[in-house]
Amino acid sequence: MISYIIRRLGGAVIVLLGISIITFVIAFLVPANPARAIVGPHAPEALVLQVDKQLGLDQPLPIRYVNYMNNLVHGNLGMSYVLDQPVTNLIEQRVGATAQLALAAWVLELVIGIPLGIISAVYDRKIIDHIASLLALIGISLPVFFVGLELMYWIGFRLNWLPVGGTGGFNYIILPGLTYAITGAAYYSRLLKASMLDVLSSDYIRTAKAKGASPARVIFAHALRNGIIPALTYGGIDIAALFGGVVVIEDVFGYSGLGQLAVQAISNLDVPVIMGTVLFATAFVVLVNVVVDVLYGIVDPRITYS
Amino acid sequence: MAHMMADSSPTTGLKQRLAHPPTKVRSKFVRVLRAYPLVFIGGLMVLALIFVAVFADKLATFNPNFQFANGLAPDGAPLAPNHTFIMGTDDLGRDVYSRLLFGARVSLEVGVFASLISLFIGTTLGIISGYYGGFVDSVIMRITDIMLAFPFILFVVALVAVLSPSITNIFIAIGVLGWAVTARIVRAEVMKVKEFEYVQAARALGSRQWRILFKIILPNIMAPVIVLTTLAIGNNMLLESTLSYLGIGVQPPTASWGSMLSEGQQVFEYAPWLLYYPGLALMLAVLGFNLLGDGLRELFNPRRVR
Repeated sequence: MISYIIRRLGGAVIVLLGISIITFVIAFLVPANPARAIVGPHAPEALVLQVDKQLGLDQPLPIRYVNYMNNLVHGNLGMSYVLDQPVTNLIEQRVGATAQLALAAWVLELVIGIPLGIISAVYDRKIIDHIASLLALIGISLPVFFVGLELMYWIGFRLNWLPVGGTGGFNYIILPGLTYAITGAAYYSRLLKASMLDVLSSDYIRTAKAKGASPARVIFAHALRNGIIPALTYGGIDIAALFGGVVVIEDVFGYSGLGQLAVQAISNLDVPVIMGTVLFATAFVVLVNVVVDVLYGIVDPRITYS
Repeated sequence: MAHMMADSSPTTGLKQRLAHPPTKVRSKFVRVLRAYPLVFIGGLMVLALIFVAVFADKLATFNPNFQFANGLAPDGAPLAPNHTFIMGTDDLGRDVYSRLLFGARVSLEVGVFASLISLFIGTTLGIISGYYGGFVDSVIMRITDIMLAFPFILFVVALVAVLSPSITNIFIAIGVLGWAVTARIVRAEVMKVKEFEYVQAARALGSRQWRILFKIILPNIMAPVIVLTTLAIGNNMLLESTLSYLGIGVQPPTASWGSMLSEGQQVFEYAPWLLYYPGLALMLAVLGFNLLGDGLRELFNPRRVR
């Protein structure tokens, strides 16, 4: 077990190094010069060169990468070109908002996905199953921002129940969270349906039925409890998608989290912020996956690590 | 009574059956349709989309980029659907219906080309990884891990921003970054198929390696690959719309469903149709591919009982 965790962490470090290199190369492939972007299009060439030197942009790429990683190890992600603040501060200010939003999104996703999955499994191939499956499928087929805009229009603007956008308390995360949930619930309902169907056809369910357990008890106490494990594990995989989805949703709702920070940084060619947010997000995703795999083994004793 | 008996003698029945073979073909067709309604419905939706995309210039009533002087109300607001502009006009006085048709072209183009690029990369790497195993396999799989750990949207957004936004760059970015899932699934399939007796037999007979890989293994893993590609086309269409929505996709004045939604967002309080049409078009198009993909998955599944 311990050696498994160490090996997984070692793998995670390799993945993160790979990601840092790829991000670094992409970020500096930019044909436009970040220094030029900072000083403005009409500034004299000498000023551009001076800024270049200040930012260390005149050095060759591998050296810049080594410097960057050296700073990173010391907890320094550099200064934002545009916002004039250390990148670590910017991330720190916004990580909480994004975490709240992601959590709300995930919970709402389960709230929609689990009942749909149960209904589909219990009424397999009946008309109710087809309706539930179609609803789930429509959800996956909808663009996130369209759902967001419609919720904003109907619930925020027409009914005036919730704020149209912005960052604040609990009220501000419901619509963005719901947006993500509607477009993602199908993944959970499908997984749950498949695993519950497996369980429902197993021997111990037949035994439970034969012993006279009520249908509700069979479904909730037996089938759901065993069938839900794969659906919950999917949560670990889902985190990468969750962060990706939140990027767009934050932009739609003007929610100031990490996603918005990243998108703004990309359009401003603010390379240190791009690097910082991407590395932070991927490090988080990779670590969560390791944790989920390990927890999975603890929860389910049938799994052994080799 | 007696002559009726004679009429339905076995030989007459046979003659009749021989005389009307088309009925049999049609009934078989109907049977397949009933068994796999998803393939049928999804297929029809996809065909409709292809039709609209191919004949956009014939079906359109106006030039999609022309800003009509009579396309705006006296106060400068977009016109609601009417006799001249059947889906109304947008905030620049352009015909929404015609823009919608041309948007189908962009959407389908990006969806198909991006998916083909990632299909090609993913299948090639997956086959190599699965067939050869060992060191090559671990290197390819590590790279796959890296690709999967990235928040995909952020990655694509960054790459398109760096390459400068255009249709070609969008499908290159999506295609080049989106192969990881295909590679994983193809690898797993190859590992399964290569142990089968017909592959062993081909090897024992001294077939060349490329022959085993591309003539024997490849056709046998096509089913999941086709399903995956169908679903990927729908997903990539969503991704294109997201990029265009964020303003780094298709550049104005070219119509794309994503950019139509982002332009509509500015005025949606008093012109909600600017969101409905492109949003619903996108949903139906993606839903078509999702239904078709799900249907094909069922159709290819050998364990399926009907």
